[in-house]
Amino acid sequence: MSNPQAPAQLADAGASTSLTTDQAPGVEDLQRMARILRRHIVTMIGRANSGHPGGSLSTVEILTSLYFRTMRHNPADPQWADRDRFVISKGHGAPALYAALAEAGYFPIEWLSTLRQVDSRLQGHPDMKRTPGIEFSTGSLGQGLSIATGMALAARMDQRNYRVYALLSDGECQEGQTWEAAMFAGHHQIDNLTVIVDNNGCQLDGLICTIMDLDPLAAKWKAFRWHTLEVDGHSFPELLEALDVARSTKGGPTVIIAHTVKGKGVSFMENNNEFHGKAPTPEQVARALEELA
Amino acid sequence: MAAFPLGASTREAYGKTLVELGRENPNIVVLDADLSSSTQTYAFGKQFPDRFFNVGLAEQNMIGIAAGLAASGKTVFASSFAVFATSRCFDQIRVSIAQAHVNVKVVASHAGISVGEDGASHQSIEDLSLMCSLPGFTVVVPADEIETSQAIRAAAATPGPFYVRCGRPKVPVVYPPDYNFVLGQAVVMREGRDVTLVSNGLLLAAALEAAAALEREGIDARVLSMPTVKPLDQDALVRAARETGAVVVAEEHLLHGGLGSAVAQVLGEKHPAPMGFVALRDTYAESGKPDDLLAKYGLTAEDIRKAALATLRRKAT
Repeated sequence: MSNPQAPAQLADAGASTSLTTDQAPGVEDLQRMARILRRHIVTMIGRANSGHPGGSLSTVEILTSLYFRTMRHNPADPQWADRDRFVISKGHGAPALYAALAEAGYFPIEWLSTLRQVDSRLQGHPDMKRTPGIEFSTGSLGQGLSIATGMALAARMDQRNYRVYALLSDGECQEGQTWEAAMFAGHHQIDNLTVIVDNNGCQLDGLICTIMDLDPLAAKWKAFRWHTLEVDGHSFPELLEALDVARSTKGGPTVIIAHTVKGKGVSFMENNNEFHGKAPTPEQVARALEELA
Repeated sequence: MAAFPLGASTREAYGKTLVELGRENPNIVVLDADLSSSTQTYAFGKQFPDRFFNVGLAEQNMIGIAAGLAASGKTVFASSFAVFATSRCFDQIRVSIAQAHVNVKVVASHAGISVGEDGASHQSIEDLSLMCSLPGFTVVVPADEIETSQAIRAAAATPGPFYVRCGRPKVPVVYPPDYNFVLGQAVVMREGRDVTLVSNGLLLAAALEAAAALEREGIDARVLSMPTVKPLDQDALVRAARETGAVVVAEEHLLHGGLGSAVAQVLGEKHPAPMGFVALRDTYAESGKPDDLLAKYGLTAEDIRKAALATLRRKAT
């Protein structure tokens, strides 16, 4: 939980309050940060007039927990050998990650307004070659868990104690590769690996339960020898506790199925699949920012 | 092929070299997908069990694990049959290796139709087209045990994504013991002024045999070995076209997207010359003994000789 090498603090974020103490941020601080990230997400996708707001907003508490509380990392030294790694397998959630990375101090907040533009450091889907803090390039769903597993395996081989976190969408649990990787991590008892599934129940074309139902999702992971936890993915106390349990669970990997709401935090985007891959209009951005004030 | 002594298969040379590399470099990790006794990576696994992972029948995951290991500083070799190591997991190679530009060496065995009896599903004839299409990939097709060993060493020593194509059958040793493989460099196996035969892999020996046959007919054929398909040695090709005026390319691959296409692109732009092609023409092959298949599908020394004669007839005099 603590980072001996300059922990990432809740940085000053313009309209936000800054946190300057050395103490770990509390739930209220994290809630403030979540609101800031949501404002960034809506603003940058609106400005780009392109992107995935729904599945970005659903991940905000997960990313806030990881980047501002749980992970050991140093924004001033993105390649620090012992850093915890985070792989965003659901690459379309990039705006949320960019917001978290900017607020953590990996790059200037101003970059956010360049999302998806020519010459931008911030690609539509994460590109490790362009963006500091992006551990691995993703965008084709189903590949991230294999990558994270390889990273966790390398830590074990090198006897390093970093942990690897992977954020998966529930939809990409339909990809076969996800289960190939799950089988490998379970078989090899890779316990420095934690998966968080952003279980918002929707995929591009509609509801997961009607398109290709994943239920019972936890039982599937369990059958692949994963320790499974289920939490409210918008509750910081629940997320933080689950992440602590994952860290102390030995002998196998842990999956945290985080029940979330797609579009969370913006009333007219919540559970409205229209906003899976469609940007809000300028009027909608203004309304959203009012709600997130 | 009588001129050359039969040596090991290129896959055997790969397996042997991996073990040597494993001793020299503790950073090397090897992955396989349940074909290690065929790809020959099992020997590395036996020697270095902590650095060898058999992922089971899960090639897509193998590529991802390789990419994650490479992103964490490892030099990773990932192996399977060429069909499974390339087309089976092409999107994983594209996004997680090529776009990420990580240090993963995909080394495939059982390429081409010389796989033989297993038939079309196991005969990879599209792999060069796929792998050469990927930005940033280096693609090598070694011809014998000597070249394979050096190509694998070059791959290990050169950061970035590689595809190395090995085969199943034992093949003639066409290089001298003091051969020095250089990435991206063609090798003039035999000088000649009338026509150039460009080849690599299994068909390089056949090209040399064809050149010997042509010599008996008074035709002086140059043989240019082209182990590195990407990046191509453009200078050697332009020189060959300028000095011999006709070029024939022979490969154990589809005509579309293989060595022949790559050579034609270079010459079309830099020094057009009449060209001939010995390759599979828009068809899959079938089960059979390797030599029977090579004969049926037109990939023999005699086919190369005929292509040379046909190309020579189109050469401006």
